[in-house]
Amino acid sequence: MASQPQSLVRSRPKWLKPFGSEVNWGDAIFRALTLLFGLCVVAILGGMALQMLKASRLSLQAFGLGFITSNAWNPIQDQFGALPFIFGTVVSSLLALSLAVPISLGIAVFLTELCPAWLKNPVAFLIELLAAVPSVVYGLWGIFALAPWMREVVEPALASTLGFLPLFQGPSQGFGMLTGAVILAIMITPTISAVCREVLNAVPGALREGSYALGATRWETLRTVILPFARSGLVGASILGLGRALGETMAITMVIGNRPEISSSLFAPSYTMASVIANEFTEATGDLYLSALSEIGFLLFVVTLILNIIARALVWRVARLPEGGRL
Amino acid sequence: MSLSGERHALRKFTDRAFSASCVLATIIALVPLFGILYYVAARGIQGINLDFFTQLPKPVGETGGGMANAIVGTLKLVGLASVMGIPPGVLAGVYLAEFGQTRTGSVVRFSADVLSGIPSITVGIFVYSLVVLASKTFSAFAGALALAVIMLPTVTRTTEELLRLVPESLREAALGLGVPKWRATLRVMLRTAAPGIAVGIMLAVARVAGETAPLLFTAFSNRFWSDSWNEPTASLPVQIYTYAVSPFEDWHRQAWAAALVLVSLVLILNIAARVLVRNRVKK
Repeated sequence: MASQPQSLVRSRPKWLKPFGSEVNWGDAIFRALTLLFGLCVVAILGGMALQMLKASRLSLQAFGLGFITSNAWNPIQDQFGALPFIFGTVVSSLLALSLAVPISLGIAVFLTELCPAWLKNPVAFLIELLAAVPSVVYGLWGIFALAPWMREVVEPALASTLGFLPLFQGPSQGFGMLTGAVILAIMITPTISAVCREVLNAVPGALREGSYALGATRWETLRTVILPFARSGLVGASILGLGRALGETMAITMVIGNRPEISSSLFAPSYTMASVIANEFTEATGDLYLSALSEIGFLLFVVTLILNIIARALVWRVARLPEGGRL
Repeated sequence: MSLSGERHALRKFTDRAFSASCVLATIIALVPLFGILYYVAARGIQGINLDFFTQLPKPVGETGGGMANAIVGTLKLVGLASVMGIPPGVLAGVYLAEFGQTRTGSVVRFSADVLSGIPSITVGIFVYSLVVLASKTFSAFAGALALAVIMLPTVTRTTEELLRLVPESLREAALGLGVPKWRATLRVMLRTAAPGIAVGIMLAVARVAGETAPLLFTAFSNRFWSDSWNEPTASLPVQIYTYAVSPFEDWHRQAWAAALVLVSLVLILNIAARVLVRNRVKK
């Protein structure tokens, strides 16, 4: 500072100091402030874990591991076992995943490999809109359009063709596991296909071109070149979709029938972890009841946390593969 | 020769079948979208009238009435959630873009990604045990806080990504003029990225406007006007849920009308965001 000519210093605004001459307090404060809000995000995640653990303490102490293996859900006698809800959540989500993954992969391949340029943006936008429709509107549509259609068309058709399997036996009710899974599948398709697209776009173009130059068709290129390169990312995309399906609440609550039973038939009503929280939380009388519901929420939190961590790691792997992937 | 010809035909057929199935998958995925939009438009129109926007809900069993309180409630909840969620989200995003190449930065980024995948209903339980239990009442404030927590990670990551798109030369030019880094970030980088960030924020707002699960036991619902932030508050999504699962014909009609209002809001925000992005790209 001292080396600066006096006149020049005077003509500058006060906050303007010679570059690197001393600690700029403005910068230090700015950095600390933004860091504070960055840490806020971490604190919310950590606080959520702690708070939910605290809320479910009573139930953890009372039932221990038995909570997830017992199917007694009897609020009047303070008996709580989450097995029917875990069953409903896991089965409906896996079923939804098995419907949504092939469709999503098809969409992603269509948009990255096949689609003419002018059609790409409109189609991608429409698929994104599918994710923008609120969950409760899916539920409304599910009650009045999807469930009756499932009851009158899809379920009788399945029963008459595949009815020898226990999965497709029993009365067609419309409100049940299968309808829940279908609505979940519709809702997670945009998530999975968006991540699949991202992953397929990360595959180096030279690999693709090399394969075409060797005379491979599009299908052969996809099967032998693109899929092996992108596999971990595509698995990650599916896991991300699974996480979404597990935690989805409103739409599935409105169509799955909400009966805590474990049935071999996909037509039968079921109940999911998120649904039981949504339905019973505000009506829960007694601390143990509330704590049991909180524990279900805590389980959901932990499982989706782990799934998200795995999925992110897998997707990042494809995007981060070295440029050495190019020839 | 004929063998290779057959093989060629088979390969060609497989390829065609594969392409066709991809197209089919896309069409199958779009059917529900148009199905929902059609249902919401066709049934919603029948339920919309002036009362819907100006009247309070009628008691069970009486027909008529509207959802004026729920419409205002949703606006209040989303507005307060934006106030609580957007500024911290933007600042956290600035941190990630400007100083985030450290281990702390990775932890923050990772937390934001994970937080955005956490089921919204667990956010509801979190805010319930944090705010509702402490204040002993369901409240608009609690509902807005839950929505803000849901918005936060999206806003953070969008801000970071868009700040990274701003050419580094702009910052260098500002620093070269002797501007301190914080001013260069706020006045040059953030201002350049602002339109893009605004679009990202619009999408985040559209998403929380339709959130139902976290409101069930934070904002709860209310048949009347709620005068303060510290009372249970009605909202469109919760009202749709309550009415849809009820056995009353007239409530179903109103649920569809509410769905039409909500979907229109979400669609307008999404399409506007799309148009803004495209205009910017064209420039």
